[in-house]
Amino acid sequence: MEKKTFGLAAMALAAAVGLGGTAVPALAQNEQFIPMLSYRTGAYAPNGIPFANGMGDYYRMINARDGGINGVKILFEECETGYATDKGVECYERLKAKGPTGAAFFNPLSTGITFALTEKAPVDKIPIITMGYGRSESRNGAVFPWNFPLLGTYWTAANIAVQHIAKEMGGFDKLKGKKIALVFHDSPYGKEPIPMLTEMSKLLGFELLLLPVTHPGVEQKSQWLQIRQQRPDYVLLWGWGVMNSTSVKEAAAVGYPRDKMLGVWWSGAEPDVLPAGDQAAGYKALMLQHGAGKFPVHADMLKFAVGKDGSQTKPDEADDVLYNRGLVNAMLGVEAIRTAQKKFGNKPLTGEQIRWGLENLDLSEARIKELGFEGALKPLKISCSDHEGTRFGRVQQWDGKQWKVISDWYEGDDKLLAPMVRDISAKYADEKKIAPRDCSKES
Amino acid sequence: MGFFLEVLIGGLLTGVLYSLVALGFVLIFKASGVFNFAQGAMVLMAGLALVQLIQPTYIGLWHFVGIGALVAAVAGLLVLRVLRGGTFAVVKGDWRVHLPMLVAVGAGLVGGLLALAGGAKGWPLWLAIPAAIAVMVAVAWVVERWVLRPLVNQEGIILFMATLGITFFIDGFSQTIFGSNVYPLNVGLSKDPVFLLESVFDGGILVNQLDISGAIIAGVLVAGLAVFFQKTRIGRALRAVADDHAAAQSVGIPLNWIWFIVWSVAGIVALVAAIVWGSKLGIQFSLTFLALKALPVLILGGFTSVPGAIVGGLLIGAGEKLAEVYFPALTKYVLGTAMPGGIEYWFAYVLALVFLLFRPQGLFGERIIERV
Repeated sequence: MEKKTFGLAAMALAAAVGLGGTAVPALAQNEQFIPMLSYRTGAYAPNGIPFANGMGDYYRMINARDGGINGVKILFEECETGYATDKGVECYERLKAKGPTGAAFFNPLSTGITFALTEKAPVDKIPIITMGYGRSESRNGAVFPWNFPLLGTYWTAANIAVQHIAKEMGGFDKLKGKKIALVFHDSPYGKEPIPMLTEMSKLLGFELLLLPVTHPGVEQKSQWLQIRQQRPDYVLLWGWGVMNSTSVKEAAAVGYPRDKMLGVWWSGAEPDVLPAGDQAAGYKALMLQHGAGKFPVHADMLKFAVGKDGSQTKPDEADDVLYNRGLVNAMLGVEAIRTAQKKFGNKPLTGEQIRWGLENLDLSEARIKELGFEGALKPLKISCSDHEGTRFGRVQQWDGKQWKVISDWYEGDDKLLAPMVRDISAKYADEKKIAPRDCSKES
Repeated sequence: MGFFLEVLIGGLLTGVLYSLVALGFVLIFKASGVFNFAQGAMVLMAGLALVQLIQPTYIGLWHFVGIGALVAAVAGLLVLRVLRGGTFAVVKGDWRVHLPMLVAVGAGLVGGLLALAGGAKGWPLWLAIPAAIAVMVAVAWVVERWVLRPLVNQEGIILFMATLGITFFIDGFSQTIFGSNVYPLNVGLSKDPVFLLESVFDGGILVNQLDISGAIIAGVLVAGLAVFFQKTRIGRALRAVADDHAAAQSVGIPLNWIWFIVWSVAGIVALVAAIVWGSKLGIQFSLTFLALKALPVLILGGFTSVPGAIVGGLLIGAGEKLAEVYFPALTKYVLGTAMPGGIEYWFAYVLALVFLLFRPQGLFGERIIERV
């Protein structure tokens, strides 16, 4: 007679290790619903988790400290996308009508999901915030009224990256005849900087070597053997999740100097370097303005949100790069709602009303200080024709233990960026039969 | 020429690492006819269990204690089973009916207390590896008892679908317990590159020492499996079950015990793969994608052949790396414009399908002829 005891014991012990879950509070009328597309599982979870923690904690802090946005409580719900476009669209469909007035906006946190939602948003009248990612041409609000690539697009990032490389080499003229390799995630995200880099390679005379890496990016031997053979003067890294730390390790394996590697701002967080250990020392990455470390708002975060009911953040992780990015992203959304409330009243607003708030978002230096983000952000002003709002970035370097800011501020060169945005967004408008808005008539 | 050799050798060594995962598939398919899609997930679970035992500060103390208790309970039951001649059977009403439960709970308590005592420091490698094996044995037991046994005599496709379910369960459950971070694993394998034939080729041929270690480990594992299959009583029983389930049962070979053994061995192979791949990439969710890399290896090498898994791995590894590197140049030569790379993910399957055109059973697979 076989006994079942082994199974019972094993299951009881397994159950004892505990399960986590996110409770969704009951809906009430004076609440603004904000959906959170996140990924806490899967290949990209190491990067998705701190970002989601930062966003969620900021909403918790606003509710706990201020009682919501001008008295309107924030109701938010996470939906796990696993960084997969199909799941992202499924989350969008499930959450878009939730809450008293529907979803305030969506933060897809994936360029692939952004591409999929860009045509849905105008139909559902829900804004898409893509802070530091998404379609670069969506900066043009005349063609993309519902997309908001706040703080910087990938074209801006590519432009700033080349500026930094040129500065290190002694000037733009020194780039002539040089070779720059782009190791990129073979996805809409990774391909975004290619038009700007191609344009700059023609203008400045450097050779651009394109090396795609397939999802999820754990197999890069071929790419790095090519780098060993071709010996580019600089390697730009456009990776996400585990691809980043794998690139750093592979660079070490072929002896490529880490201080000649520059990652985009999605390749410059703690999970991108810590798994590589000492091999990551010297590696550089762009900053989407802010970096790691605490700014004044963190005092309130620790007091009202971190470790409190629902928060999954450990106190020592509450100032990591991606946690801070989650804070910034959430703050911009909250401020857009606050801006819209000035026009439409202190009540739950529709996506269409919040779109107005986003398009009229104006964060001065004084307001940024008041919000507790002093030193982490430059002033930001969104308009109908400019949904990006600011084009600044810096460069940080991993010293083996922490990120250190090593550059002054760079500003994306609008002489290159603006025409490219204009031309490619016009092409998109033609293809999709969109009549661009006349921004001179918008208020 | 030097670069070509470098890519070729790098590809061959990567292919050996694919073989490590493919071996787990072959073992289970040989013994039970089940295509175990969960092998990749088992690699992840084995790796997570090991790395957490070595470095418990990655997870909460109570999770660590839970693992310690589970490991001890499994070990206790295994010892009991061996002492009692491979069975728990006793007469109903005898107090010894409750012995397995008593042993499991007692050993679990001891294991939990030991884990609690060592919770701050983690376990040494010599203890953590057997403990991780115990975790995989526990997984094997649960799978045999709760998934395979109720499905005996069902179609192969149903068993395959069951393993798909196991995959998603292990993926999700492992991340729930252990988290989704990338955990560095250092078992002392050197990661430094070595340069061969420097006097012949400019810059030499770069070979990573970790890949060489992986190849040696794979070789030892294959030799060990060969001895296990050919020279041991259990190995012969496994081969008998693989040939004919019903005939094996008719001569007294217990099918359930054999399935438990083979899933346990596949779990150990998964642990070895996790150690090698984890040293290279860190222990992380992406290890489950290795299962997808093992599929073309199996198609090419055959589902029932251990040497096939090795040769298939070598061919796939070398083929995909060479294709990735030379595809842009080839397209430029043929089409006049260079197409970007990023093809190795699907090229491995193309290579396997081409082989299938000529050998449908794979290079080393058994040719199955069914007379109707």
